[in-house]
Amino acid sequence: MNFPENLKYAKSHEWVRTEGDTTTIGITDFAQSELGDIVFVDITAAPGDTLNAGDVFGTIEAVKTVSDLYMPIGGTISEINDGLGDAPESINNDPYEDGWLIKITNASLDDGEMIDAAAYQEMVGA
Amino acid sequence: MTETTSDLKLTALNGAHKALGAKMVSFAGYEMPVYYKGIVAEHKAVRESVGMFDVSHMGEVFVTGPKALDYVQKITINDASKLADGKAQYSAMCRLDGGIVDDLLVYQLAEDRYMLVINAANIDKDFGWMQENSMEGANLSNVSDEYTLLAIQGPHSLDLLSKLTDVNLNNIEFYHFIEGTLAGVQMIISRTGYTGELGFELYLSSDEEESKRVWEAVMEAGQEFDIQPVGLGARDTLRMEMGYCLYGNDITEETNPIEAGLSWITKLDKGSFNGSEAIARVEEEKPKRKLIAFKLEEKGIPRQGYKIMAEGEEIGEVTSGTMSPSLGIGIGMGYVASGYSKKGTTINIVVREKEIPALVHRPPSIKKP
Repeated sequence: MNFPENLKYAKSHEWVRTEGDTTTIGITDFAQSELGDIVFVDITAAPGDTLNAGDVFGTIEAVKTVSDLYMPIGGTISEINDGLGDAPESINNDPYEDGWLIKITNASLDDGEMIDAAAYQEMVGA
Repeated sequence: MTETTSDLKLTALNGAHKALGAKMVSFAGYEMPVYYKGIVAEHKAVRESVGMFDVSHMGEVFVTGPKALDYVQKITINDASKLADGKAQYSAMCRLDGGIVDDLLVYQLAEDRYMLVINAANIDKDFGWMQENSMEGANLSNVSDEYTLLAIQGPHSLDLLSKLTDVNLNNIEFYHFIEGTLAGVQMIISRTGYTGELGFELYLSSDEEESKRVWEAVMEAGQEFDIQPVGLGARDTLRMEMGYCLYGNDITEETNPIEAGLSWITKLDKGSFNGSEAIARVEEEKPKRKLIAFKLEEKGIPRQGYKIMAEGEEIGEVTSGTMSPSLGIGIGMGYVASGYSKKGTTINIVVREKEIPALVHRPPSIKKP
């Protein structure tokens, strides 16, 4: 399983990547593998919405299960990955690049709950 | 990554599943594979080529003795007198109030010897119920732990298994079986399944060495067909596409065979049996609700417990739902008020507070290849 070192991880199995003003959010390789084949992503938050850490921004459906998606940090949604509409399986195939979920701006600086790749890997025991 | 809980039962092929990298889950007291590669790939393998399932968790009960048939007639709703040696039938057991104790297969091994194949989660309950309803001259034995059950399903299942046996599998008709040797192991070869595809189910000894020998022989002979081992995940999506009931979801002790759409196996004319009076009453008064299959007309996936609405009123509840890997849309089953059960009726499924339109449809009927 792959946990890139340049990302930060939430205990709720999301990753974040900050580049300039924008922070990209997705779910981890561990999370996608636990879910199995992802068949539908329903992002209920819209660009412009400001959400807090812990808020639900959508749901992700695998064949067998449905899970809520939680904001690992707060911020204002700037973009949603429209490519997931036709290809939700890109979350399984490429969780850190093509399978990203949303981008936010004004990310809350307090990301104290986030952990690094090594700590996340240890947490999931992978 | 897999944690084995010591009180879970293991099938003879547990090690084979783990060696294939299966994701194991606890199901009905057994540690079972939910998928190997992925549910969608395994589902498609069965629809397009061939797949193999270990379903050894299913239970087997033998009914033997001079009154075996009378007993089977008393506890099941289908007409077992229509069976002959080498024939099987789909049936169910009901409580006196018509509630379904379990659905099952009845195999006639001989006129005084029947095998009942029951759901894993119900083995103890069913056997208790059978003992409560016992009859002089009909002996019951729960041999669930003595059998490995493999299902080989898909359009190439016949070609594949033919490589491993001298038995002419082509001569076995749908819902028939023979006792023969395959991969050097003595077994019951049954032309049955839970997928809607051409397929066979093999009942053999749960001896670990023999079970592995058959599993490995089928995997190897299946290479040319790109055989996939298939877990419980795809077993569920395959049966939902066909509209087959799953006990615990679509049928329970709170549902009767008439409302569950099982009139076709309910033979009220065979004489009195457990539940027959209650079921006859339901049939006469017409059921208030009916089990239907539906497909969503917009994006979304129905799940068990979601509400079903029509014309602003709640008319029922989803009992099974999934994304159909074959159709790429949400499909499901559920009970609705009888007025909404006709094919072509539009209903709404409430998915996270949003009503999504769905069409009542008749799932593909069982293929007779």
